[in-house]
Amino acid sequence: MSWFIALRAILHREALRFVGQRGRLVAALVRPLVWLFIFAAGFRAALGLSITPPYQTYITYETYIIPGLLGMICLFNGMQSSLSLVYDREMGSMRLLLTSPLPRWWLLMAKLLAGTLVSILQCMIFLGIAAIWGIRPPVVGYFAVLPALLVTGLMLGALGLMLSSVIRQLENFAGVMNFVIFPMFFMSSALYPLWKMREVSPLLADLCAVNPFTQAVEMIRFALYGQPNLPALGWTLLALVAFAGVAVWGYDPARGVQSRKG
Amino acid sequence: MRRISALAFTLLASTAMADGQIWVTNEKDDTVSVIDVDTLEVVQTYPTGERPRGVTFSHDYSRLYICASDSDTVQVMDPNTGEILRDLPSGEDPEQFILHPDNRHLYIANEDDAVTTVVDTENRRVVAQINVGIEPEGMAVSPDGKIVITTSETTNMAHWIDTSTHELFANTLVGARPRHAEFTEDGTKVWVSSEIGGTITVFNVADQSELGKVRFAIQGVNDDLIQPVGMKFSPDQTKVYVALGPSNHVAVVNAETLEVEKYILVGRRVWHMAYSPDQTQLFTTNGVSGDVTVIDVAREEAIKSIKVGRFPWGAAMRPTSN
Repeated sequence: MSWFIALRAILHREALRFVGQRGRLVAALVRPLVWLFIFAAGFRAALGLSITPPYQTYITYETYIIPGLLGMICLFNGMQSSLSLVYDREMGSMRLLLTSPLPRWWLLMAKLLAGTLVSILQCMIFLGIAAIWGIRPPVVGYFAVLPALLVTGLMLGALGLMLSSVIRQLENFAGVMNFVIFPMFFMSSALYPLWKMREVSPLLADLCAVNPFTQAVEMIRFALYGQPNLPALGWTLLALVAFAGVAVWGYDPARGVQSRKG
Repeated sequence: MRRISALAFTLLASTAMADGQIWVTNEKDDTVSVIDVDTLEVVQTYPTGERPRGVTFSHDYSRLYICASDSDTVQVMDPNTGEILRDLPSGEDPEQFILHPDNRHLYIANEDDAVTTVVDTENRRVVAQINVGIEPEGMAVSPDGKIVITTSETTNMAHWIDTSTHELFANTLVGARPRHAEFTEDGTKVWVSSEIGGTITVFNVADQSELGKVRFAIQGVNDDLIQPVGMKFSPDQTKVYVALGPSNHVAVVNAETLEVEKYILVGRRVWHMAYSPDQTQLFTTNGVSGDVTVIDVAREEAIKSIKVGRFPWGAAMRPTSN
């Protein structure tokens, strides 16, 4: 029972933070919208992109990058939410929570879930704005994308948790931007299809293909068109388990990095 | 979720789509591809003469006429077997043609000879050759069969032919390189598209006066690439779908105001179009990308592109009964 009280409390706190910090929502939406309205406009490719699954006909560049931008929302939100633990752990409510008798992994998973739900909400608002802009996947896509966003959010949140277990100061976020977020985002199929990357460098294309973010974006891309992409789902789940495993290990006071840092 | 969507799709498919085929000429492959409207897949490919372009069915769909431009002939194919039954005398380099409402006479534009040839498909004889402008291409016949229009690409004119005398009774200037003409269902207006001019000129048939021009502009696409060719009226005649060549778009034009309402992204270098039997889908031939894009007419959205042969050009519909 107390497990659920903790889960509810963490969800409630995340919801409060979400509602309370309107600026955060705006900031979270501005980033992908800038990419959609400005970057994609520059690269407009009004003459259409070649057909790659799940698309069945020619698409504009704006349509192509929507799944990548959904991934971007999950990526930044996952990082922010998890890295806020660095601060929370020192002086916030998580400090108290971590001292509770509940298992650490449960608390961390609750935190992960809370962050992911916020990501999904932001993604749906973004899809709504994209629809007004004229980019509309089939109706079934709006429902099918939910589980894909959940898995993506959890995976990227777990990555953030893993990083937060080794980062002691929030100032290191810049480092995370440089060494995690940017490579992950740019070395993926978010902005350009992998076949295009393969034309330039097969090695780079292979690196992109093993990037869990690429697989998450592809999973979202297929889901938006009501199609499952099982290999992408499998790879994302594998990454989720790996990141979450290291995070739980890292947060374990007996074994983790925390204890060594003392 | 998938099951629900699959069910919805099946329901939609069974109610909205009638059985039929779209026959597409492949200019470079010297073939015709047959697309099943139900499955949206190529079900058959038949060899034809060299460089097949214009294509149309006889009114009972028992014969397919194909302009084999580089073979200098119009071929007659049995669509049930794909067998070429005979070649019709067509004059040199036939590019487009139109079957008269009498279901017997073909009016053929002979690009190299600056003539329009009238061929009787029953006794396979040339009935008349009418001198028109240089490089004739677009052909249209009024619904009552009294007027045939030939457009000449180099003279930049629409030539008005009286079908009872086989003589020109009017010539009207249009934008540069006119390549296609289309009458309204009631026969009161005719639309002529000009590829290089990038415009469509709309004429009043009664006095051959110009009623207006349609102009195009696609955001992010150079004007030079906007080259209107094929046109199709919507079933209710309120809209006209215009294939815009290398701009890779089909424009939706309001037939009353002559304003463009929407541009639909399709494959590369779109030439001509054909409706599905129930007119809920429009099939566009995309020359450079070698495929046919299917447009959902109600939603005015491209839903699928189907690979066919190299350089697909003309398209014609044939209903089938299962």
